[in-house]
Amino acid sequence: MADLTTEFVGIKSPNPFWLASAPPTDKEYNVRRAFDAGWGGVVWKTLGLDPHVVNVNGPRYGVLHGGDRRVMGINNIELITDRPLETNLREIKAVKRDYPDRAMIVSLMVPCEEWAWKEILPKVEETGADGIELNFGCPHGMSERGMGSAVGQVPEYIEMVTRWCKQNTRMPVIVKLTPNIADIRKPARAAHAGGADAVSLINTINSITSVDLDQMAPEPTIDGKGTHGGYCGPAVKPIALNMVSEIARDPETAHLPISGIGGVSTWRDVAEFLALGAGTVQVCTAAMTYGFKIVEEMAAGLSEWMDAKGYASIDEVTGRAIPNVTDWQYLNLNYVTKARIDQDACIKCGRCYAACEDTSHQAIAMKPGRVFEVIDEECVACNLCVNVCPVEDCITMEELPTGQTDPRTGKVVAGEYANWTSHPNNPAAKAAE
Amino acid sequence: MTQSELTPGIVSGRLPEDRLESNFSDLHPAYDEHEAAVAADRCYFCYDAPCVTACPTEIDIPLFIRQISTGMDEAAAKTIFEQNILGGMCARVCPTENLCEQACVREAAEGKPVEIGRLQRHATDSLMERNVHPFTRGAPTGKRIAVVGAGPAGLACAHRLAMKGHDVVLFDSRSKAGGLNEFGIASYKTPNDFAQAEVDWLLQIGGIEVELGKRLGEGLSIEDLTDQYDAVFLGIGLAGVNALRAPGEDKEEVRDAVNFIAELRQTSDLSMLPIGRHVVVVGGGMTAVDAAVQSKLLGAEEVTMVYRRGRDRMAASVFEQDLAASKGVRIITHAQPVAVHGNGSVREVEFEYTKDGPNGLEPTGETFRLAADQLFKAIGQRLEGAPAGMMLSDGKITVTGAGRTSVEKVWAGGDCAAGGDDLTVTAVAEGRDAAEDIHAQLMG
Repeated sequence: MADLTTEFVGIKSPNPFWLASAPPTDKEYNVRRAFDAGWGGVVWKTLGLDPHVVNVNGPRYGVLHGGDRRVMGINNIELITDRPLETNLREIKAVKRDYPDRAMIVSLMVPCEEWAWKEILPKVEETGADGIELNFGCPHGMSERGMGSAVGQVPEYIEMVTRWCKQNTRMPVIVKLTPNIADIRKPARAAHAGGADAVSLINTINSITSVDLDQMAPEPTIDGKGTHGGYCGPAVKPIALNMVSEIARDPETAHLPISGIGGVSTWRDVAEFLALGAGTVQVCTAAMTYGFKIVEEMAAGLSEWMDAKGYASIDEVTGRAIPNVTDWQYLNLNYVTKARIDQDACIKCGRCYAACEDTSHQAIAMKPGRVFEVIDEECVACNLCVNVCPVEDCITMEELPTGQTDPRTGKVVAGEYANWTSHPNNPAAKAAE
Repeated sequence: MTQSELTPGIVSGRLPEDRLESNFSDLHPAYDEHEAAVAADRCYFCYDAPCVTACPTEIDIPLFIRQISTGMDEAAAKTIFEQNILGGMCARVCPTENLCEQACVREAAEGKPVEIGRLQRHATDSLMERNVHPFTRGAPTGKRIAVVGAGPAGLACAHRLAMKGHDVVLFDSRSKAGGLNEFGIASYKTPNDFAQAEVDWLLQIGGIEVELGKRLGEGLSIEDLTDQYDAVFLGIGLAGVNALRAPGEDKEEVRDAVNFIAELRQTSDLSMLPIGRHVVVVGGGMTAVDAAVQSKLLGAEEVTMVYRRGRDRMAASVFEQDLAASKGVRIITHAQPVAVHGNGSVREVEFEYTKDGPNGLEPTGETFRLAADQLFKAIGQRLEGAPAGMMLSDGKITVTGAGRTSVEKVWAGGDCAAGGDDLTVTAVAEGRDAAEDIHAQLMG
């Protein structure tokens, strides 16, 4: 059995599955249920200074549905905790006392002034919490007050606040990053420079999920008006994976621990975040959609997959795919593939044909009897047919062996690796020597 | 005294009213909105979709399903009605398992096709329940066209002609329009008087005058029609029923299945409709199944369907055969009637087993008898009342192209015309296409 225990910036947890700072971790009742269900840790919903904030009394969430009302993404306009600081601190202390083996991280968001951090940090430390997470990410509401993503979008502020925290607490400091920024490496570097023990990402993405066409207002709609909210769930996973990998690949932050967040719903999502450099993952939307029990699937699935692959511990998986994440310019231009259609598996829907004929390279022929065949002379190996085919593995990409002529280009497939940096069409190409 | 399934003879009220009500309610209940959305989501939106090719009326099925999935049920309905104005009835009675759903790529992939028929019903119901007619007439052409027979073919033809701006007189021999939709299809396929509601809805196009109780050969002659109208369309169906050709066929309670079905369809109180304790149906088509299943649903204790060939040759689809079996109908194959016994009324039917020989079906010499209070004949219908001099093929009106007969100015379609399956949807396609051809010829 693979060992799922995790030690992340010195914080131990029985597995890498943490609940993200969000509604599911807003109070003692929920967190106890989460721990009883098997979650390895939680990031307690963001605390602020009293007087505590208030939330809207209308809807807080908007949603993007797939077929059968499958939740693909949720956005929210909920603010940080709307309960008194003392209440939260008391509950955190009680839960940590009863679940000493679980990771208890406390998310914090106070004004960008050192006194505010000096005031709250000792109180959190007193609860016995294992660490803090600085919420520099929420893109709605709090950002209007100069907090959340308003800080996260200014690397200098990130560095400054991170440093204050490091100077005023012995707890590990995790900096939570906003994706609402052009280059995620900048805030990560700033956090690193400020002494952060780790970063966590992504926080939610600025979004309007839908428009109520009767009220002519964005959803969720509160008394006829709506505002942008933070988007999360399976729909944001690709954005999160890229940002996690960017930080893991960046020489300046290459060894900075990462807690991966963004659409994690299954063991496979967990494995992918780990492979791209995460040491733990944080989950919210999947739990909000299905309840806490999903952690059982994550634990069993990840464990089984690790056993099958021979990975003994989480550490062995973390960052494993990073060497294979590169820049476009280093991709091998001598790697030539062609689409291949398995005629036995084909159900003759013709989606590959429509996609290729209408929107790609006219590289699929439709023959009598609805037989679809790839025209190698036209196929650029774009993979669109593979992606739109409803049958798994019916269309695959087959590599042309070295020495064979690509009927499209008329060129013989060269065995050696060659990329854009040395390509004759590249004005900046270095001469091959 | 209350009757039961075991009461001897032919009696009404074998089942309590609530059982009858549930027995004759919708065979395929309507989807609710969410079910429709989930079902629609399964459609792959195939290129040049096989389901469309398989539909005799060539409804753009992927498009209407996509319209359902985007919440536009009425737009979906319009997509359907543009090709098939009786799309509501076809959604209920089409043997989809042999047509669109058989061609569905998900049938090939998983053995579970997209439920096109039920989705079509969902869409068409949405518009028809609001009693909205989606088409308007074109500018008047001044042409007058006679349509004889107000069944699916005639209705489709009349509607398309009216849309084009022609004036149509729609004749039918019965007391109600609708043809087999009204008189010839099992009740549970079209409950709540849907057939009449559909006719009324269809006629909202305007320009169609309905004349009931007028039969070709009885007051209507093809000569008068061709004299008085610019064109004539015949959709007169198959009024004759084939005989068993077995001694004793003239005994009482030996009936045509189509008449039993028509009587059942026109009965407002099914608890008053008598049915035998033992019912035998001879035949292997949809009519045989409709008669047998409905006999069982009325409370007959024992219903047996006897067909002279094997199951694979039955005209009734596998779905229909399974439906019959699930309702408790016993199906005997490879047996043909040789005598009807009884004193006045039928008491027993004698059958002889058959086998497939080199020269066709051969009797084996082995016989058996089935108790029968009623015997329903469902061994096919034939054309009756075709105008003299009109060319026929295999006993049906010869047509070329879009329903042109050998007589000038006369078109034909539906069951009375040669070729094509005798299906509602085929009749609709033929009526529609004949209308287009008539229009092209009159206006060309």
